[in-house]
Amino acid sequence: MFNTHYRLERHSIRFVLAVMVVASIGGLVEIAPLFTIDETVEAAPDMRVYTPLELAGRNIYIREGCYACHSQMIRTLRDDVERYGPYSLAVESKYDHPMLWGSKRTGPDLARLGGKYSDEWHVAHLIAPRDLVPESVMPNYGWLMRSELDTQDLGLHLRAMRKVGVPYSDAMIENATADAIGQASPDKDAAEGVAERYGEATTIRSFDGDPRRVTEMDALVAYLQILGRLTDAAHVQSGAGRMEAGE
Amino acid sequence: MVAGLTKGERQLALLISIAVAFIGLAMAGAGQGGAFGVHGFIVMAFGIGTIFVVISGYFLPEPGDERLAQYYDDPIKFGIVVSMVWAVFGMFIGDWVAWLLAYPEMTFDAGWASFGRLRPVHTTAVIFGFVGNALIATSFQVVQRTSRARLPDQLSPWFVLIGYNLFCVIAVSGYFMGLTQSKEYAEPEWYADLWLVVVWVVYFLLYLRTLMRRREPHIYVANWYYLAFILVVAILHIVNNLAVPISFGHAKSYSAFSGVQDAMTQWWYGHNAVAFFLTAGFLAMLYYYLPKRAGRPIYSYRMSIVGFWGITFFYMWVGSHHLHYTALPLWVQNLGMTFSLMLLVPSWIAAANALLTLNGAWHKVRTDATLRFMMVAAVF
Ligand code: HEC
Ligand code: HEM
Repeated sequence: MFNTHYRLERHSIRFVLAVMVVASIGGLVEIAPLFTIDETVEAAPDMRVYTPLELAGRNIYIREGCYACHSQMIRTLRDDVERYGPYSLAVESKYDHPMLWGSKRTGPDLARLGGKYSDEWHVAHLIAPRDLVPESVMPNYGWLMRSELDTQDLGLHLRAMRKVGVPYSDAMIENATADAIGQASPDKDAAEGVAERYGEATTIRSFDGDPRRVTEMDALVAYLQILGRLTDAAHVQSGAGRMEAGE
Repeated sequence: MVAGLTKGERQLALLISIAVAFIGLAMAGAGQGGAFGVHGFIVMAFGIGTIFVVISGYFLPEPGDERLAQYYDDPIKFGIVVSMVWAVFGMFIGDWVAWLLAYPEMTFDAGWASFGRLRPVHTTAVIFGFVGNALIATSFQVVQRTSRARLPDQLSPWFVLIGYNLFCVIAVSGYFMGLTQSKEYAEPEWYADLWLVVVWVVYFLLYLRTLMRRREPHIYVANWYYLAFILVVAILHIVNNLAVPISFGHAKSYSAFSGVQDAMTQWWYGHNAVAFFLTAGFLAMLYYYLPKRAGRPIYSYRMSIVGFWGITFFYMWVGSHHLHYTALPLWVQNLGMTFSLMLLVPSWIAAANALLTLNGAWHKVRTDATLRFMMVAAVF
């Protein structure tokens, strides 16, 4: 073995190839099968895609680096499940390009945040977290309320998402801007199209409390309220588990 | 710096600078005042800056052929100085971010000053700015001396260093403006990633060309590690950053992968970017500077081989240990855990090899502060 190496280390190209082969094996074995083994991601036929407004909110979440303090992944540990709810399934982040599982928790996990608080609570909390939770170290995000949401390019966003595999229809892409405005403006005609394209269960309301404007706050709160609610596969699975255990 | 370039290289440098300035102009036009446009102006300013530098030295006398008898060390000095600047900046931001965790009101109601945007500024500035520049600069020094060969030309090392720092500047300025892919240690958007690929290919070719000119029959251990650093970082960077931009005039892109596959790819990248920057790169430095300073040969040739291939092979399996108890399939988690334990063997072999090299030089460790730092570093 050492003699072989003695020869190998005299040829730069061969050495380069050897490094590439040896280093690639781990990734190939661990990553490639994740795309081919069916059990990796559960089936969830009822799952819906993000509306343009929620997607815009998600992009604000990314822009502000909320993931630097919050995870979106409830682990299969008793502590996690008792605090946050049923543990996260792979399918729940199927439409997350990129995923936002996070890597640390300065603040709590947000995977099942949707519906936990009212919109008013979120708006007040994002503007001044310490007014509601005095010991919080979360930054104030007052400017979200002041900035108009840029809805112009949302069609391009949906189109790019479709290219990477999210099933947006042509109608969704065409109406992306109108749908974003409509979801946050319940009184406008545009609101109807949102329910038509994304389902009756879609929440349509002014998330920031000001129906005259569509702000970044609208988008972010719409996103926070949908977290964990694109599918109820996790609840169904944990419910079934309890029944089997005889509860 | 221009004085060391030949006439042909000066012309090429001028062409590249002009091309960069025009790319910047195109980006600025497409970005229409948005963050992408700001990046366009930064790129353009960079290009114009280097145009001025080249022109100001354009008519200096050309370097004579006697230069070929010496190592080419000018870019190394530049790289080390830039690395130190990044260190000061990066650690200042680190300190600032730490204070933000105690006094969150210091965000001053401004997006750019909030924790979520500044944290990647810190990690990128220290890992890519401080460490990256130090690795590139030392690699130029080590490869020349262990190969007894001068770098093959004068322009490529400058291109690599300056181009790499353009990448770092784009990355860091982007976070302030909220441009990020959110993937840890791979935050820069698609155009910065593409630029880094160009820089990295030039770096790899430069390194390989120098090795091919070597006047030593064998490639020395330090160069194995530098090569692994260059190659593996290239593989990781390209795969993890696969993304579809919403258009060529926008900064935003969507990752090619989603959910569980994206998480695994990200931590395969994230763990190994750290591994091949902060471990392989530094072992490369260690294998040259430690024996040199101690005045002792490396303790064991065989331990070097086992340590190197063990690290190169095992390290690439362990990323999944960042995803324990998540929705990642259990078999991948188990593989990651197992290989993490196995990785202890080559890591300790490499460390032991370093410490045993000091046998016979311990009296120097007692009096030589530099060597003492190296010893402590090897232990860690
Ligand atoms: C410096 C770290 C930090 C950052 C950055 C941060 N948060 Fe928080 N977050 C916290 C902490 C700590 C708490 C717990 C105390 C509290 O409720 O304020 C929290 C709580 C929350 C909660 C309440 C969760 C619950 O279940 O009670 C929400 C919602 C939230 N954050 C959303 C966000 C959003 C959205 C962003 C980005 C715009 C963000 N956070 C950025 C630290 C952070
Ligand atoms: C003055 C010195 C430094 C200070 C005050 C500092 C401070 C910090 C702080 C506050 C964080 C964020 C932690 C969090 O999110 O909760 C952090 C993260 C990080 N820093 Fe530093 N840092 C310093 C030097 C360095 C150096 C020299 C490096 C590497 C060369 C480094 C690499 C990192 C990395 C990789 C992270 C992210 C990983 C993690 O959160 O564990 N830092 N640092």
